[in-house]
Amino acid sequence: MMREYYLNTIILGIFIIIPIWAFIMDEPFTITLMTRAAIFALAAVGLNIALGLGGLVSLGHATFFGIGGYSMGILAYHAQTFTPLMEWPILVSGSKLMPLIWINAVIMSAVAGLLIGILSLRTSGVYFIMITLAFGQMFFFFSISWSAYGGEDGLSIYIRNSFPGLNTLVPIHYYTLCITLLCAVLWINSRLIKSPFGIALNAARQVPARVETVGLNPVRLKLAAFIMSGTVTGLAGALFADLNRFVSPTMFSWQTSGEIMVFVIIGGVGRLFGPVVGALVFVALEHWLGGLSDFWHIYLGLLLLGIVLFGRGGLIGMICGEARLHE
Amino acid sequence: MNNIVLSTKGLTKHFGALSASKNITLDLRVGEIHAIIGPNGAGKSTFISQVCGSIKPDNGTVHFLGRDVTQETVRDRAQAGLARSFQISALAMEDSVLQNALLGALGASRNPWRFLSPALGNKMLVEQAKHALDRVGLSDHANKRASELSHGQRRQLEVGIALTLSPKAFVMDEPMAGLGFEGSMKMTSFLNRLRQEAPILLVEHDMEAVFALADRISVLVYGEVIATGTVEEIRADPYVRDAYLGEEL
Ligand SMILES: Nc1ncnc2c1ncn2[C@@H]1O[C@H](COP(=O)(O)OP(=O)(O)O)[C@@H](O)[C@H]1O
Ligand SMILES: [Mg+2]
Repeated sequence: MMREYYLNTIILGIFIIIPIWAFIMDEPFTITLMTRAAIFALAAVGLNIALGLGGLVSLGHATFFGIGGYSMGILAYHAQTFTPLMEWPILVSGSKLMPLIWINAVIMSAVAGLLIGILSLRTSGVYFIMITLAFGQMFFFFSISWSAYGGEDGLSIYIRNSFPGLNTLVPIHYYTLCITLLCAVLWINSRLIKSPFGIALNAARQVPARVETVGLNPVRLKLAAFIMSGTVTGLAGALFADLNRFVSPTMFSWQTSGEIMVFVIIGGVGRLFGPVVGALVFVALEHWLGGLSDFWHIYLGLLLLGIVLFGRGGLIGMICGEARLHE
Repeated sequence: MNNIVLSTKGLTKHFGALSASKNITLDLRVGEIHAIIGPNGAGKSTFISQVCGSIKPDNGTVHFLGRDVTQETVRDRAQAGLARSFQISALAMEDSVLQNALLGALGASRNPWRFLSPALGNKMLVEQAKHALDRVGLSDHANKRASELSHGQRRQLEVGIALTLSPKAFVMDEPMAGLGFEGSMKMTSFLNRLRQEAPILLVEHDMEAVFALADRISVLVYGEVIATGTVEEIRADPYVRDAYLGEEL
């Protein structure tokens, strides 16, 4: 069995070598594909904090993905139409500046995570899945009916937002931003898993009764995980909207929630690079099989079936075996 | 009375038509081991759960360190210094033995809100956890997964986690079950010393251990305390012999 550390390095290598190769060969489309994979990976890394560490099966993470997307859409829309976002009590105008958009996406996702988390964490199991799904659907239908921002048609942003010092319209520049954010979040995540919080959360997933008997509050630990999870997926949503220069209610749909979860399951629930592998495989299949047939999801379904039936730890589990302790 | 650490008064609990606890009044005093014995299904675990707060009594009160804690949560009582070990091991099975002990140390520190520094790098937490593992004889297994432990070792880890809390009272539900002869002997002498740190409310099936350890014994049958007394008194009580101890003594 390969050590997980080596596999992670290889995966990271793929995310570095392919775009460089594509840049040299002048294949911008490949870079865009890799950007898509990196962003999906980020969204799924977010979900993995709730799902893998906290054991929270959220079928509503599209909520955060969409909030991130609309954070970008709304701020950029007001900037490109030169209309204020809000005039009272203070004047707030739109923005085309990515860092500002990201901060906004993170804060909005955190607020949503707090509210949704407080309500959903009163339940568990199937009810938790249903409540998170219901919140996702609420946001979905709300965005459809929100005609100020395009309603069902969504919002088009004509020029990609800017980042100081980079030309974000150049695919490799935008890719560099996305992969840097992904790496930063993965690094934080790797620390989080081993931190006191990570250990307590891990236990709260497995034996909440034990966590209570040592005087800690398992629900509060899970709530914190849910919020963190939401902010990461929200950030990914903002990046995704900027990649497409377009945001629509689809980002809030339950299919989006499902896909994010599929990334995590394919790669390996609770494994640091699980979501990254899952997103990479998804984008590769989407690209190759999608070119062959419109029904490529059938093959994705077969892959998922195989992994769930035969490899409980996802692709990473199949290659590296059970996660090691104290690593 | 100042030397009473933990007490229950008229604790009553029904599960439907079944009375699992009937008017249970007993106390735990400084420096003592108070054993609760009784046949399977007598309501020992249910009683322990009410003491620790995971089951709310229908009636009656629980006092801990002079305070009425009947309405308080498991967490409140744990923070006040009540440490419980479960009859059916409640361990994070996927985690290492050391991580399980660390959880206890974290609980004692009351601050799990540290996100970026590795727990294993925190000397104080690790020392505390390792010390507890050492005391229950699990040092050599610190890096094993809890799921790899034998049944008896899991019981030891349960007690180890309780130790990390430096509690004011221990509540242990059958800590010797599955330990085997030698393990029981070791645990018996360990608990014997432990009572100096904090008194122990001990539910135990192993009569030899109970008679060796207990300062007082309460006999629970069908949810009711039918007798409380010293080892000699309980051994001599004809009613107890009849109802529970039977011919084995
Ligand atoms: N949550 C519950 N719901 C219904 N009945 C229960 C519950 N917990 C325990 N009981 C019943 O209460 C009685 C006492 O159980 P328990 O306290 O586990 O006994 P002991 O620990 O002395 O073996 C048993 O008859 C058991 O079936
Ligand atoms: Mg019991």
